[in-house]
Formats: sequence, C-alpha cells, structure tokens
Amino acid sequence: MTESQPAVSMENISIEFPGVKALDGVSFRMFPGEVHSLLGENGAGKSTLIKALTGVYRIDSGVITLAGEEVSFHSTAEAQAAGVSTVYQEVNLLTNLTVAENIMLGREPRRFGFIDWRATRARAAELLAKLHLDIDPNSRLGSHSLAVQQLVAIARATDIHARVLILDEPTSSLDADEVQELFRIIRELKADGVAILFVSHFLDQVYDISDRLTVLRNGKLVGEYLTDELLRIELVQKMIGKELTVLEDLERKTKQQTVDEHELTPYVRAIGLGRKGSIEPLDLDVYEGEVVGLAGLLGSGRTELARILSGVDRADAGSLEIDGEAKRIRTPRQSIRDRIIYSSENRREEGIVDELTVRDNIVLALQADRGWFRPIPKKRQDELAESYIQALNIRPANPDALLKNLSGGNQQKVLLARWLAIAPRLLILDEPTRGIDVGAKAEIQKLVSNLAENGMSVLYISAELEEVLRLSHRIAVMRDRRMVADIENDDLTSDTLLAIIADGATTEAVA
Amino acid sequence: MNLNTVMAHRLFWPVVMLLVLLIINLLAFPGFFSIQVRDGHLFGSLIDILRNGSPTLMIAVGMTLVIATRGIDLSVGAICAISGAVACSIILGSSDPGSPATVAVAVGVSLLISLVLGVWNGFLVAVLGIQPIIATLILMTAGRGVAMLITEGQILTVNSPPFKAIGSGFFLGLPISVLIAAVIFVFALVLTRRTALGLMIEAVGINPEASRLAGVRARGLLITVYVFTAVCAAIAGLVLTSNQTAADANNTGLFIELDAILAVVIGGTSLAGGRYSLLGTLIGALVIQTLVTTVYTVGIPPIATMVFKAAVVTAVCLLQSPRTTELIESARRRQAHRRAKAVTA
Repeated sequence: MTESQPAVSMENISIEFPGVKALDGVSFRMFPGEVHSLLGENGAGKSTLIKALTGVYRIDSGVITLAGEEVSFHSTAEAQAAGVSTVYQEVNLLTNLTVAENIMLGREPRRFGFIDWRATRARAAELLAKLHLDIDPNSRLGSHSLAVQQLVAIARATDIHARVLILDEPTSSLDADEVQELFRIIRELKADGVAILFVSHFLDQVYDISDRLTVLRNGKLVGEYLTDELLRIELVQKMIGKELTVLEDLERKTKQQTVDEHELTPYVRAIGLGRKGSIEPLDLDVYEGEVVGLAGLLGSGRTELARILSGVDRADAGSLEIDGEAKRIRTPRQSIRDRIIYSSENRREEGIVDELTVRDNIVLALQADRGWFRPIPKKRQDELAESYIQALNIRPANPDALLKNLSGGNQQKVLLARWLAIAPRLLILDEPTRGIDVGAKAEIQKLVSNLAENGMSVLYISAELEEVLRLSHRIAVMRDRRMVADIENDDLTSDTLLAIIADGATTEAVA
Repeated sequence: MNLNTVMAHRLFWPVVMLLVLLIINLLAFPGFFSIQVRDGHLFGSLIDILRNGSPTLMIAVGMTLVIATRGIDLSVGAICAISGAVACSIILGSSDPGSPATVAVAVGVSLLISLVLGVWNGFLVAVLGIQPIIATLILMTAGRGVAMLITEGQILTVNSPPFKAIGSGFFLGLPISVLIAAVIFVFALVLTRRTALGLMIEAVGINPEASRLAGVRARGLLITVYVFTAVCAAIAGLVLTSNQTAADANNTGLFIELDAILAVVIGGTSLAGGRYSLLGTLIGALVIQTLVTTVYTVGIPPIATMVFKAAVVTAVCLLQSPRTTELIESARRRQAHRRAKAVTA
C-alpha cells in the first residue's frame, strides 16, 4: 500500500453532546483505492466520527481535509457534492416511493427544468443492473425486504460519483450470498480508486475486505493498523481493552445443564399455531428455565412466530396453553399480563422511545402494566434505573440521558432492562445482538444464560448459528415459514444445523 | 445557574418574548402594570390580559395533550359554539332563567354533550384510525351547523345573572373565568405529571408502535385526551357566551383553535408530538393575549393587527427552531473551546 496523499484526513476531531463526550481528539485518514475499517464497541464513537465527516454533526474542534483541501460541511448534501457518499446503518430511504425515485432522489435528470422520468428510470435500472439486482425500478421500495433495500441504498450511493464511500454496517441485514455480492461491488469500486470506509461488527467480513483498520474506544483513538499486521485476538483486545474468556465459560455451563424435565407441563405450549400468509400451523413447547433457539434464514418465519406467540400479530389458527391452561392472546398487552415478552429485532421502530430518558424507557412497560393511575413512585423509578444501568453496564450511566444520545448497543441494553423490569417468564429475544460489538454481545449472552438458570424461559432468535448453539438447550428450525426441526442441542454442530436450515430435514428424520 | 443553562431552557425565548411585550406596553402606557381594587375586585390591564386570555388557555391546555399524542383538534371552536348554544337555549326555554338551578342544568347538559363530541373525535382517531386533522375537521365543519340548528339561526341573548357571572363575575377578587382556567391548568398538570398519564402520552406520541409492544393501551389514552379537550372547549365556550350574554353560532369561538394551537407551539411543544410542556402553553397563551392588548395600547392601526401578530409569532418560532438552537449551541461551544485553548496556551 503506497502512502500517497490521503483522500480524507481528520485531525484531532472533538464532538460533545449534552452529557456525553462523543469524540475526544480523534484522528483518522483514508487512502484512495483502499478499504478502511472503523472498529470499536458500541459507544466508541464510530457513528459520530462518520457523521462528523458527512456533515451531519458539526465538529467542536479539529480539522477535516479532503484530498489536501480543508473542508467544513454543513449538510450531507454539501458532503455529497464534494464526493463523500454514505450508506447508513439503518436504511434511510423512503419506503413509500419507488426504487427508482429512491436511487435518484434529488439528482433526477432534468429536461426543460422538469424531471425527465424516463431518463430517471433508465439510470436507476442501469445502476441496479450493475449491482445484479433484479427488481423493478417502478416497484415501491417498501415492498422489498430489508436486504434489498440495503442494496438499493448502496446503488444510490454509488451513483453519486463518490471519491469516498462510507458503508456503516451495510451487511447487518444481508445473508451470506448478498454479502459476497456486496464485497464484489466494493472491490470494483476500490479498483476505481474510491476510498471506502467499512464499518461492521462481523470480524470475518472486516478481515475479508479491509486493508487498514482504525480502532476507537470510548470516543478516543486507540490506533491505526494494517489489517495484515494485526491478529484478530489483538484486535478484540484493543477494542474492548480487556481479555475475553467469558464466552467459553458460558458454553461449558450450558452444555452441562441441558434440561431433562420434559415430563412436566411446559410453560408455554403452542398447538397448531399459525397465521395465514405468515407461518404454517406448528407446535412448540417451551419449558421453564429453558433456552430454545430459533434458527433459520432471514424470512424463514422466525420473527413471525415470535410475533404471533406474543400477540403482536394475531394467530388465526391453533391455540396457546400457558401452564396447561388455554389462553387467548390477542395483543402485546395481554401477553405482557401473562409475562410473555417480545423484544423486537427492529430496535428503532418497535423498541426505543428515543426522545424519552433512559429511566422513562426502562419503566415504560412496567408502568403500562400497572396502569397510568398507579404511578411508580419516583424513588422506585430511580432505584430501578440505577440498578439496571449498573447490572447491564449501560453507558453513559445517566438515567436522565435521552435515549437517542446512546449508542445502538446501549439502547439495546436499555430495552432489555425494560423487559426485565416486568419479570418475564418467557422472554422472546429477536436478534438481540444484531449490530452490537463483541463486548456487549458477550454481556447479553451471559445475561440470557443467567436468567434461564433462574427459571426464566427464553426463546432466542439469531442469524448467528454459533450464538444459538452456544446458548440453547433446544433448537427449533424454521424454513420457508414452516417448522422443520425441533431438536435437543446435545452434540449439534453448526454444520449439522446449517444442513437442516438448508435442506429442511423433518423432525422425525433428525430425531 | 449560569446564563448558558438559562438560555438553553426550552421556555427561555417565550418568556423573553412575553417580557418584551409587557415592557413595550409599559413604555406606551405607564399605568400598564397598575392594579386597583374596586369594590373588592381587582382591575387593571394585567387582569384584563388574564381574563381575556382565559378561554384560549383552557383550550390550549387540552390541545397540548392532543398534540403530544401526535394529534390535533380543529373542532374546538365549533364545540365552543355548540356548548354556548345549548346553554343559552336551555336558559331561554326555562321558566326561571335567573335561577342558579337553571344555569347549573344548562352548564351540565353542555358539558355532557361536549363529552359525547369528544368521544366522537376520539373514536374517529383511535378506533377508525383516521388522521386527526381530517377526523376533527369533520366536527369543525359540522359543529357550527349543529349550533345553528340549536339556535335556529338566531343570536340567542340571555338575561341571567348567574350565567353572566361565569364570564364576567368575580370571586375572591379575581375574575371567575381566570379561576376556571387556573383550575383546568392545575388539574391537567396534576393529572398528567402526578400519575403516569404524561409518560404514556409522550411515549405514544414519540413512537406508537414501540409503545404498543410495551403494553401501552393507546386507544383509551387517545379517547381520554380528545374528551378532555372537548370538555375544555365547552367550558371556554360557556365563558365566551356568558361574556357576550349571547350565543352566536357563527362567531363564538371562531378561529380559537388556531390561537390555541399557536399557544402550544409558542410554548415549545412540537407539532410532531412527544414531549410537551403545559407551563410553556400557559406562557404561549399569555404571549398571544398580551400581543392583542399591545395592538391597542401601542395604537397599531387595526388593519395591521394580523400582520403584527404574524411578525411576533414568526420571531418566536424562528428563535425556537432546532436549527437556530443548534447554531447558537455550536457557536457557543466553539467559543468555549477557543477559550479553553487560550488558557492552556
């Protein structure tokens, strides 16, 4: 790698939010034709650094230069005009517009001052073709899966003749093939001399694609390294600043205490539960203190099953028994009454209430369950907030901070605190570790294991098979909206599990 | 508390605006702040502002809660007209218009009807899921027609001392209408902040789906809020009607919904819903009423009144806009950094 003139150079950048020092004298540079990964735990300042570069946040001090020229962007539009283009972690597109409109928004070709729709669609189609994305440019964006939406966002970013392309967690909702597709595109752009900033929590992907790494911790720079010269274990240590042995312990523990209590009545039993257009009728038992992993590909019906179990969506077939008694659960409120809690994979839209404080977010479900006319005393609220902030290591440890000022991983912990505060008996966790760094991931997994030991049942949904295998006593596999297996996690390996997910062996065949 | 924290407070600019308006009045009319006691009642320009602003404040209190849930209620003016029409027609139809019992019945029936109207609004919004601006537009339009039917197209003039007292009477030296507004204000404040109602309203306003998944029952909440606003509007309608001693289906409470919404916005509650400030609304309502008074004391020609009002409102909104706040904030932070650097160097 030649040390030519950097495409981007950020010197001594500081940004402060009310109560949070988000960036503290951080320097960062990017070279043309290079993929540079930005790494760090949640709250390390990755997103903030990106937003400083793209003009979303104004920096309090420091200098940003682009190809040797000092710049100061006041908006993303200015940054884009200068060739800095971004695809954000959460898809920031307009789902009610068409694919073509989304790709070309604000840059539509014009004729006589009016938008030339034919040219707009043609250009969009061309970009989609370049990404081998076979969708109709005239279809509504909202009708496509999150993965496709993500690729559309990338198509949009590549159209802007970008010298610098920023990809913030672009792969978090993509499956393996789609990731390879994305990487192919990244390599093409790289060959064209584009400087690419890649942020991902998947270390495999980071090592696969990047040339250079920069590690941040707590808003400060840890260092810049060439990927080839830094071992993974060193990288993880730099990211979290401590050694990591928790996970291995955890695995051993889970393996030891696989449950053998199946003569008992299950806590929750679904019999022929289904919903038209969502999942085919299926049976599922969850026993007290059991962690049931729910595996399957994106769109296999994992989330749908969770939503029906918890009354978020209504079942139209089958029945549900709780402690052996038939129950009808039609709303989340009813399911919370029975202490069945669903924690959504869609944190931003179905989880956090971002304008409220950490404390308000933690007490929300408990308060709703009590009814508004029986307020939780202020003192009790403070105790709850303080104890969960400590137990889950929420940063910043300030119950009065607005939730929107916290990083994704800390928001996730606040959500967990909200659910734990109502003492669930069955906790359904849908992708609780998505978009979260190694440290927080380990913390959350450890928590799940502890909770189960104390008698809580957990239905654990994750795209990461290792995680499901490590935590679960039993694993149910969904495929094409059917349950294709329900097996003990004795000596399952990720390869056998993968085979079931891919080929859909029936329950009998495996058992 | 240093100047920075004071300036960053969300109510800083509305309060400044109110003070500026009061000072302008004082300069134009030196006796502006004087309050006299006549026959045990308080009189003076400030008291007038409170009294004339009280109907707007009553409605704005309810409107604040509606707006916090991401809603809006355009029908409050029409509800004013209906409640006035109902009360006046009952009083006129009774054999003894001057008896307190008659007035009590008239007030009671008006309030009951407003309750029904509030349920109607809430039903359209919460159960049928119609957008609030459309849902309440229905009653805004239809309500005046209903009031017209009740008054049979006439202006109903009533001569009933107990009824007149609601709008122009005094109790403990203060105008009764001001006391009613104060009671509504305190009631709403205690109801939402001493219980968890305020938290629920804000949660639903910020993220309805997340609130549903957390077990918040948005439907009942929305209906409650629309009913409360309708009742506030009905009370305001009674005060206005009593003041004029006549129910005018066409003009009672005309455009009051706009003043109420304006009071909420000036008070810093976002029309996008979420966090709200009742104290801000109180200040907003006072700003609007003081503005009207200023027009007279300063002697601005009546034809320019609306333009003047618009100018002040624009100023407050500009000062409060997130963009302006951000600019002021970052300018100040950069200054602080420079100062810190200078110290270390």
